[in-house]
Amino acid sequence: MQVSSSKFKENAHDALKDDNLRAALNRVKTGFTTARANAAEGLPEFEDLRDKARDIKDHVLENLDYYLEYFEQKVIEQGGQVHWCSNASEAREAVLKICRDVDAKTVTKGKSMITEEIALNKFLAAQGIEPIETDLGEYIIQLADEPPSHIIGPAVHKTKEQVTELFHEHHQQYGYTEREEDPEKLVGEARAVLRHKYVTADVGITGANFLVAETGSTVIVTNEGNGDLTQSLPETHVVVASLEKVIPTLEDVSTVMRVLARSATGQEMSVYTTFSTGPKRDTDLDGPANFHVVLLDGGRSEMIGTELQELLRCIRCGACMNHCPVYHAVGGHSYGWVYPGPIGAALNPQMVGLEEARDLPNASSFCGRCEEVCPVRIPLPKILRHWREEAFEKQVGPKPERWGIELWGFFAKRPWLYRRVTRLAASLLSMMAGKKGRLKSLPFNNGWTSVRDLPAPQGSTFMAQWKSKGGRVK
Amino acid sequence: MSDKNKKREVALFVTCLVDINRPSVGFAAVKLLEQAGCEVIVPDAQTCCGQPAYNSGDRRTTQDIARDVIRHFKRFRYVVAPSGSCAGMIKKHYPEMFKDDPLMLLEAENLASRTYELVSFLKDVCGFKPDDVEIDAKLTYHDSCSSLREVKVVDQPRALLKDIDDLELIEAEDREACCGFGGTFCIKYSEISEEMVDRKIDNLLATGADMLSAGDLGCLMNIAGRLHRRGHKMKVLHIAEILADMADGPGIGEKR
Repeated sequence: MQVSSSKFKENAHDALKDDNLRAALNRVKTGFTTARANAAEGLPEFEDLRDKARDIKDHVLENLDYYLEYFEQKVIEQGGQVHWCSNASEAREAVLKICRDVDAKTVTKGKSMITEEIALNKFLAAQGIEPIETDLGEYIIQLADEPPSHIIGPAVHKTKEQVTELFHEHHQQYGYTEREEDPEKLVGEARAVLRHKYVTADVGITGANFLVAETGSTVIVTNEGNGDLTQSLPETHVVVASLEKVIPTLEDVSTVMRVLARSATGQEMSVYTTFSTGPKRDTDLDGPANFHVVLLDGGRSEMIGTELQELLRCIRCGACMNHCPVYHAVGGHSYGWVYPGPIGAALNPQMVGLEEARDLPNASSFCGRCEEVCPVRIPLPKILRHWREEAFEKQVGPKPERWGIELWGFFAKRPWLYRRVTRLAASLLSMMAGKKGRLKSLPFNNGWTSVRDLPAPQGSTFMAQWKSKGGRVK
Repeated sequence: MSDKNKKREVALFVTCLVDINRPSVGFAAVKLLEQAGCEVIVPDAQTCCGQPAYNSGDRRTTQDIARDVIRHFKRFRYVVAPSGSCAGMIKKHYPEMFKDDPLMLLEAENLASRTYELVSFLKDVCGFKPDDVEIDAKLTYHDSCSSLREVKVVDQPRALLKDIDDLELIEAEDREACCGFGGTFCIKYSEISEEMVDRKIDNLLATGADMLSAGDLGCLMNIAGRLHRRGHKMKVLHIAEILADMADGPGIGEKR
């Protein structure tokens, strides 16, 4: 995906003017948050489970090399292969080689954020291999030629009417000449078009919610069953996953799964939970003949042992963005890279560079709701603050902002001077406002008054009044 | 506090916004603390808790300011701020900021354990009840994010407001959502902040209340400023002004 995080402000400006987007985002705001709250309330041990899930992920990160090697050994024992890739380019090449080995023309794809991260679709298409997204949301945005705007609801920014138009444009070739408006029938249309693709695809590519070390299994959770058809019908199944997805045991998977769907969609469990353990065995009736795991590092191992390590606990549920007032306002595309919302704002500076993504950790009111709902208790505001400190230290960002803070700091550290300056500022602003009690504009920085009136100071400062009244100061 | 007749000595952390913008909130806090049997001292070397620098990534300046605050408030058993945000800064972020400096960490943790947000201090520590407050209004209360999440002050303001006879408390939808203030955020990302405060205001107006209150002046200045810009008349006051029966004067940003 083309990175456009440096245009965050422009992106956000456009998003705020987009009525379709606002209607769509309103549904995220009300739908997901209520569902998650009900699910959390309905399970007395939910908070304990969040602690357990956090602890399991922390344990994995402390022993990542051990579990990854264990996982690989088990995959090989089951007849599969693991391809270790340190960056996006290596991962794309690994997938391409697998496809070439079976002379693939088309690949079906289950939903996978890692394949978005490595921009696999464009790459495969350029190599003459047609990728077909089978998750309904991913299918919609593939038709629209757009990146996902949410990690679990990639087309959440699209309205029903826009989907009607997209399907009408792209499905006429399959004989669907009527403009369909009923959502259920739209789903039926997509299902019928995709059914044929599943059967004819040469390779099926999925992501993984978990890689289970003890068995060498990969796990996907879906609500549509598309992942199952994607991975079981073609001759070759490729799992593309990042290395922090590994988890020790099946029991651990079941613990983390109990917080995953509840945090994401408010479901107790997703509709389908599918474990893949190696290729088809002789006695199996069905399944792929080849099983590959493409394991991506993509900058993650560098995060181990740093302030960012806790981000690797993320299980990609989307709760942080579902509860983020900034995401609700600007939507996922504004963030300018694969991961939107608070997790994106914390992760993207590492992945695309702080220069490029400087705005993302700054565009937060630090309301803390993301941390409050994160199933693995990632301290997202703390990590956003880490990036702000890094940017300040490395002098990334507008100079005037920096000078402003330094000037303010100069006064704040000198109480006697601060007293005089604040008294002057308070009485000046109060005089400017006069009897109106507020200011509609200021002669300088207009970020405040471009949006709202400035309630004017009452006049003299509290400290001055307290002193003149003879209040105790010691 | 072995001697029950001895007054509690409380140091007031005024907060920079109250000091500069709305001193009446400070005097309301003093009145309330005195009603609750405290002796109020306002250390005159205080300036600000350091949040503007902290949230801008300037850790060194923040640490300098935090050291000053820790020093100036060292001798007081109780430190009280009329703000969840500034209390949260001292209670939660000062210790976090000195985690690699063991001596300062001890000092910071010590101050954190003595620091309270005003309303929770009145209710939980002093067992205070509002005294003869006469306000006949329908009021809705906004939870600031830091009150809600950092210092967990949610029930105390509601309990105290309900003790006022003619005051009707009406809760707004989506109470847990941020108002879009966020300190320098609302200036740097004013368009996003505008969308957030508008959503908040729509929910507040839907209650039909004629008065809005909260425990943080930052949120209140943001919401009041936007209410006025949109032409609404809801009266906005800090909760200390209401509990101290000082609600007669002009609300935040109103004609005077």
